[in-house]
Amino acid sequence: MRARLPILIFALVMAVIPFVPDIPPFWLVLLNNIGLAALVAMGLVLLTGVGGLTSFGQAAFCGFGAYTTAVITTAYGLSPWLTLPLSLLVSGLAAVILGLMTVRLSGHYLPLGTLAWGLALYYLFSKLEFLGRNDGISSIPPLAIGSYRMLSAEAIYYAIWAAVIISAVLTLNLLDSRTGRAIRALRRGHIAAEAFGVQTARAKLLVFIYAAVLAGLSGWLYAHFQRTVNPTPFGLLASMEYLFIAVVGGAGHVWGAVLGAGVVVILKEVLQNAVPAIFNVQAQFEIIVFGIMLFVLLQVAPTGMWPRLMALWPWRAPPKAVDTDAAPLAARGKTPPADGVLLRIDGARKEFGGVVAVNDVSFEVRTNEIVALIGPNGAGKSTTFNLVTGVIKATAGHVALGGDSIDGAAPQDVVKRGVARTFQHVKLVPDMTVLENVAIGAHLRGHAGAVASMLRLDRADEARLLAEAARQIARVGLTDQMHQLAGSLSLGQQRIVEIARALCVDPVLLLLDEPAAGLRHMEKQKLAELLRSLRDGGVSVLLVEHDMGFVMDLADRIVVLDFGTRIAEGPPAEIKRNPEVIKAYLGGAA
Amino acid sequence: MNATILLFLLQDGITNGAIYALLGLALVLVFAVTRVILIPQGEFVTYGALTYAALASGKFPDTAQLALAMGLVAFVFDLFANRHGFNLRRTARSFAVNVVLSGAVLAATLAFAGRKNPVFVDVGLALLIVACIGLYLYRIVYQPIAHASVLTLLIASVGAHLAMQGFALVFFGAEGLRGPAISDVSFSLGALMFTGQSLGVYVITAALIVGLWLFFGYTLYGRALRATAVNRLGARLVGIRTSLSGRMAFLLAAVIGGISGILIVPITTLYYDTGFIIGLKGFVVAIIGGLVSYPITAAAAIGVGIIEAFSSFYASNYKEVIVFTLILPILVLRSLAAPEVEEEQD
Repeated sequence: MRARLPILIFALVMAVIPFVPDIPPFWLVLLNNIGLAALVAMGLVLLTGVGGLTSFGQAAFCGFGAYTTAVITTAYGLSPWLTLPLSLLVSGLAAVILGLMTVRLSGHYLPLGTLAWGLALYYLFSKLEFLGRNDGISSIPPLAIGSYRMLSAEAIYYAIWAAVIISAVLTLNLLDSRTGRAIRALRRGHIAAEAFGVQTARAKLLVFIYAAVLAGLSGWLYAHFQRTVNPTPFGLLASMEYLFIAVVGGAGHVWGAVLGAGVVVILKEVLQNAVPAIFNVQAQFEIIVFGIMLFVLLQVAPTGMWPRLMALWPWRAPPKAVDTDAAPLAARGKTPPADGVLLRIDGARKEFGGVVAVNDVSFEVRTNEIVALIGPNGAGKSTTFNLVTGVIKATAGHVALGGDSIDGAAPQDVVKRGVARTFQHVKLVPDMTVLENVAIGAHLRGHAGAVASMLRLDRADEARLLAEAARQIARVGLTDQMHQLAGSLSLGQQRIVEIARALCVDPVLLLLDEPAAGLRHMEKQKLAELLRSLRDGGVSVLLVEHDMGFVMDLADRIVVLDFGTRIAEGPPAEIKRNPEVIKAYLGGAA
Repeated sequence: MNATILLFLLQDGITNGAIYALLGLALVLVFAVTRVILIPQGEFVTYGALTYAALASGKFPDTAQLALAMGLVAFVFDLFANRHGFNLRRTARSFAVNVVLSGAVLAATLAFAGRKNPVFVDVGLALLIVACIGLYLYRIVYQPIAHASVLTLLIASVGAHLAMQGFALVFFGAEGLRGPAISDVSFSLGALMFTGQSLGVYVITAALIVGLWLFFGYTLYGRALRATAVNRLGARLVGIRTSLSGRMAFLLAAVIGGISGILIVPITTLYYDTGFIIGLKGFVVAIIGGLVSYPITAAAAIGVGIIEAFSSFYASNYKEVIVFTLILPILVLRSLAAPEVEEEQD
């Protein structure tokens, strides 16, 4: 619990603020506004900063939360406490509907899509009769406990900040879990995450809904704090302001949302009151200043204020403890295929437009065997890997694993069958530790879901995953680097981290794409040793590699590709003498 | 509904659609060259329209001062960027482009403002001012982060939009303005009335579309701009100055935005924030064109204009809701048609 001490202190400080003698009530109003904005921004931190999905429509979700309670409490006289779950539900349902469309959008279409529905919803709020059109809904009842009605800013202050702190703790719990790692991997692209069984579309939808529910909570609180709602605070400008808050605070950090909200809300107040007083002009100066600050910040401090502030903080959080006593994860039941053929590629073909990248290639990988796939650049080696792991669909041909066809299987299904891989261009999450990166490999071997993670009911599961990750890290010899950020390692070491991540799958077949590139001589020897011990332990290895010394020494069998076509296959000694291979590598004249 | 109303709505839709087409083209142009999703395009519309309207009503447009101020900032940025190797020629060129040009524009505006000028003088001045602002906007906001991801550039765009819209309120106030028509010609064809203004909209839109198409398809310079879009490093290696391409794209976008504004300000009253909504509709059509295709963008624009005209007749309250909801299924189709290519980040 030591890591949670600062949060406890923060909560205590916030709790005593209203008791400061002679504190102007207006300050509490400001603090309430900060809390409300922080809730929405926290959702954006998860969505944009962590998950990489930019939304220009968050304010609309506040609108769903606020209008739901406004309509139900005023028209049907229901208690605000009863409307809380309804508000969250409506925001969440809206997020499911919009999210199903939105998270499918790729690249820059996604933010533009959110911009479009953000605007459409704002116009809808301001036109619907039962929402009071532009005038909105007023005389919303305040929150009340028994006969105590939270009418003043001071009264609702505790409700708002309790919501902020609880949400922050839940969000931090979520990020520090199996589901959290999957979410954090999203921003670096979906291929690596999917290769380890993460359902990326579902993970995206999850953060989208989570962010919307936080915004809905903020909207519900807002409605009972202001006790009147109208469309203005749920428009595009408000959405942009929330995004601004997230960027100012530090888009990847939960507490950055609170910090950013504080800075922006206070700055806005100062600009709205002080500037016109000094210059004697009436205009939306805060908008100009915010706009300029936004692009200046992107130029000078793209990571936001929170990381900068934390760099000044003298006490480092202790590295995550790994419980080495945790029960090991269940191992895969390995029944070797009857005919000894683990992977059979039969006439696989991949065309990109007119280019035939893989031209009717057939070969096999048997159990307890190391097979090397070699060939000049552009021979189709990595494409073959992608065909096997389901990243791309073959134009023709078949791939079977242990006798079962895996044609057209999604990457998540392929890894479920025990095929793990590494990538030619390293795909790690650079701002996660080595331990966390490797633990993604064990994603399918854990079971805790998002809600369990938020409530910390996942600790036993989590301890086993981390223990497994630590074991595999020790196996590849990187224990000393376990708690470093993956991005800080040398490229060679990052490749080794990818191997550890693949080992966490408890694979039957390991596909390694240039594992020895960037390694020193001793490191290569250690790697070869590791791969041999894996083979002897029942894992087959298919590797692409350019270091011929390494390949000839290690592989049991070699398959040679040239321009997408298999030109030779056999044991290393044979391949070395094969005239076709020599021609492919050295050119026809040699 | 009778045939007259039908024709009327069609005509209205096509006029609006032509403006959206212009804006959509500018957005496609900027995105293709710089990967910037130009949210402030709408502000170019507002600035062009209101600067022209101010000049025509004998007032001095403060946008001219903004142009000079931005020019000075851009010059300082250039100086700062070159601090490790002072080069007199480069500095002189930067001074000429950023300070002398905007200073001259301000001087000309001061000379002509407050008088009754021929229409083309007001139009010319307004376009010059907007062109300067577009040029410097790229230098100040986007050039320092030209290598960043599309997303970062988009957030920067939002910042630029907020600032420019805020300035628009300062300069032009919250009341809307209308400008005089560029020509008074009008004639009727059956029940339909054609004004010189609406004909101007059609002719200028068509001319610009054809012009851009020829420029990008058939000139070396246009191809260089497209090459920049595909691969910045590659373009630089073959000798294309990518920052210059970016500035050219922004200059063109600003002028196109300004022209659109000047074309519509005699037809409809413009407020400081109207441009944004018009610009977003430009987005809707640009996205239908996938941010790459000029002909599809133009066709989509006409379609959106017509849908808007009809929905404002049948469900005027929900006009904006309909237009902006329209984009969602199209975005989904677009995404499905062109699955994400993983961007190698950082």
